[in-house]
Amino acid sequence: MQFPEALKYTKDHEWIKIEGDVATVGITEFAQRELGDIVFVDIDTVGKALQTNDVFGTVEAVKTVSDLFLPLSGTVTEFNSSLDTAPEAVNQDPYGAGWMVKMTIANQAEVADLLDAAGYKALIGE
Amino acid sequence: MKNTPFTAIHLALGAKMAEFAGYNMPISYSGINEEHHTVRNNAGVFDVSHMGEFILRGDKALDLIQRVTSNDASKLSNGKAQYSCLPNTTGGIVDDLLVYCIEENKVYLLVVNASNIEKDWNWISSYNTEGVEMENISDRTGLLAVQGPNAVKYMQELTDMDITNLKYYTFAKGTFAGVENVIVSATGYTGSGGVEIYFDDKDGAGEKIWNEIFRVGAPHGLKPIGLAARDTLRLEKGFCLYGNDINDSTSPLEAGLGWITKFTKEFTNSEYLAAQKANGVSRKLIGFEMVDKGIPRHDYTIVDANNKAIGVVTSGTQAPSLGKAIGMAYVAKEHAAEGSEIFVQVRDKALKAVVVKIPFA
Repeated sequence: MQFPEALKYTKDHEWIKIEGDVATVGITEFAQRELGDIVFVDIDTVGKALQTNDVFGTVEAVKTVSDLFLPLSGTVTEFNSSLDTAPEAVNQDPYGAGWMVKMTIANQAEVADLLDAAGYKALIGE
Repeated sequence: MKNTPFTAIHLALGAKMAEFAGYNMPISYSGINEEHHTVRNNAGVFDVSHMGEFILRGDKALDLIQRVTSNDASKLSNGKAQYSCLPNTTGGIVDDLLVYCIEENKVYLLVVNASNIEKDWNWISSYNTEGVEMENISDRTGLLAVQGPNAVKYMQELTDMDITNLKYYTFAKGTFAGVENVIVSATGYTGSGGVEIYFDDKDGAGEKIWNEIFRVGAPHGLKPIGLAARDTLRLEKGFCLYGNDINDSTSPLEAGLGWITKFTKEFTNSEYLAAQKANGVSRKLIGFEMVDKGIPRHDYTIVDANNKAIGVVTSGTQAPSLGKAIGMAYVAKEHAAEGSEIFVQVRDKALKAVVVKIPFA
């Protein structure tokens, strides 16, 4: 399984790409494998200012549903609307076409609390 | 956690495994959707060795079966099977099961859900007052379901028994894949045709059968299928799953199982059920399709247009063959007619759905 070094990770199996004050968020390859075929990414928090660990949406797989937790405090600015018609992108390309939301980062200090690739791999026993 | 005769094979294939009814079972191999389509369009193999099997022997075996099951087992002749259920005394269902007639009036095989083996055994035993010889062969019986439109064609190569012409809910017993004493039954839980193969788990019989099935089938695209796709396949056909759609408190009549509830004989709670039939049920198990975007799940509440609770979802999924979200639910009978608009409470939203005919596909 791939866990790009350039990304940050959470214990809830999300990845975060930090570009200045903007973060892009998705779920890891491990997460998409655990969920199985993803059929719907339901996000209705665009425009909302949320705190770390707030639920910002849900991901529905054929067999199960899982909440998505915001990795950092900030405002969700954009949903990857291509997932409306092609949710399978989360399975096929979790770090690319399968990204879920972009957000502004309210507090850069929180970035230090995120896991790096090695820390995430250790978490899942890779 | 118990293993089946095939657990090591599933692990070697890299299946995603999980505990189900105390067994270490394969949930999926290549992915639910792909596995689902493989069964609908070609053929796939399910390890369902976790299922329970009881043999009932003796002159009174049929009487006992008639007493505890809702369907009429006296209609069965050698080589025939039927779907049935064990009603409880309080209006619900102990389990659903298959009854196989091995030798009319003498030997029957009951196939029950893995999660209910002990409960069913105790239940049936409690009615066994006439000395029927009961044997629980669950632990030494392997079971593979080979399902799909091409399944029988591939499997015929492995036996001299005529399985090509086996009618639905009949079976043959003989040598299969070089293993003796195998039951090949034209039954299944997918609605796509195929057979279920019961064998004694000894002398490596399981591995031999598995390898032979894949030797003849794999070149044609036959694949192993996990329990997750088994669930989407059965749900598209509207087959009930015990623990989801039927349980200790749902009546067979509410569940649409009137066709296996025969009042031509007496059985557990038959008087109560006959009265329920005469008076009509107050809720019914219905099928529905989502109109709004969302996936229904077990235990989600169903509400009406005024947000009043009218029922509960028993099973739900995105249906791979239909490309839409479907479910089954108990709803008050006023809302049970085809075309009725209902709403599924998905987290904080009431999403529109419409009652449709079962089977969905």
